Amino acid sequence: MTKFSAFYRSTTGPLMVLLLTLGGCQNLPSSDNSSDLYEQLGERKGIASIVEDMLYRIVEDDRINQAFKGVDVVQFHRNLTDQLCQLSGGPCTYTGRNMREVHKAMAITDTQFNAVAEDLILAMEKNGVPTSAQNRLLARIVPLYPSIRGL
Amino acid sequence: MYRWLILLMAGLFAPTTALADIGSRLWATGGVTTIEGSAGGGLVPWALLGSYASDTEWGGTVSMSQARVDDYTLSVIGAGLNWHNRVELTVARQTLDLDTLVFTLKDSFGLEQDELNQDIFGAKVRLFGDVLYSRWGQWSAGVQYKRQRDFTVPSAIGARDDHGIDGYVSASKLFFAAIMGRNLLVNATARATRANQGGLLGFGGDRQNGYEVMAEGSAGVFLDRKWLVGMEYRQKPDNLGFAGESDWWDLFVAWVPDRRLAVTAALVNLGDIATLTDQQGLYLSLQGTF
Repeated sequence: MTKFSAFYRSTTGPLMVLLLTLGGCQNLPSSDNSSDLYEQLGERKGIASIVEDMLYRIVEDDRINQAFKGVDVVQFHRNLTDQLCQLSGGPCTYTGRNMREVHKAMAITDTQFNAVAEDLILAMEKNGVPTSAQNRLLARIVPLYPSIRGL
Repeated sequence: MYRWLILLMAGLFAPTTALADIGSRLWATGGVTTIEGSAGGGLVPWALLGSYASDTEWGGTVSMSQARVDDYTLSVIGAGLNWHNRVELTVARQTLDLDTLVFTLKDSFGLEQDELNQDIFGAKVRLFGDVLYSRWGQWSAGVQYKRQRDFTVPSAIGARDDHGIDGYVSASKLFFAAIMGRNLLVNATARATRANQGGLLGFGGDRQNGYEVMAEGSAGVFLDRKWLVGMEYRQKPDNLGFAGESDWWDLFVAWVPDRRLAVTAALVNLGDIATLTDQQGLYLSLQGTF
């Protein structure tokens, strides 16, 4: 796996274009296996660190910090860590309320959703999560979008 | 351990500036500016709206682009505004230097002209969906009103009108982790048009004068969040008896180091243009976002 990632990290533009041509434009199923992603995120400890950095960004982010007013930070940290751990195939169980219920009264805008997504991505970058693992985690978070936005 | 609490408290008392300086949509999701001013790739408009304005924000772009192919140079300056990631308004001025065609025009038509110019006013509306978050992607519809600044040459070679309107529908979707963990962006556009060479050679012609629907598309892979490589294809009408018109395609690399700046480079193939065959070359575009 390591060898393989080193290979594709070093591939250049034209090769990607070639692969794209060969691959066509279907929604290709990513060949990920669950526990693999969990390991790339640094297991529960790594995920806890990502969520901590994300929270630092959120409190400084004027687009969204007001919406987090009154949130129990310790509980939020534990719940989000469990949730990302579970989503990434790790041995955790999210015990918080369901997404639609939690966000119901908040009227989350796209702007706020994007801001949180940005803070998560920057936190993953700071923690050295490889691009492919970031994308695979995002792929599993994106289906939550309608329930978070209340759509 | 409980530094968050302190920071959260600090955050609550921070001044409530409503928005960040620049829009909130994620990096590179505004596309870049096409040669016609609309947000997209280089040659093809995408369903994405320019800048990074999200649903409570305003944004804008300015851009400069140039394509140098064998016998022509196309220069474009453009600007755009985005309201709430719902409506995009754009303007662009194109100048085509007729580096070689000057001689043909002089010998065959007795015309002394070394460039063609047109202005393009564009409007695009996001109909529904989000390129990143919606299962069916993002869908937009747009119009481009194009106006020749000097119709002498297009008129001499058989174009019927000095202005025209293109209408298009476009769909864009990002597939997360689609190719070796990389994100894949796919765009498809259907355009109704009468434009000859995008309008630089006028609208309608002796061979074909009505609207036709053209297929355009592109696909690109994000190597990471700053680098996008891909290709584009744009089908074109063939309205003038004077000379055949080819479809366009390109291979591009876009670099988006920051939301404020995007640099795009491409190998373009514009095919045959006004009797001069196989026009290939380089395209370079700079875009600033605010």
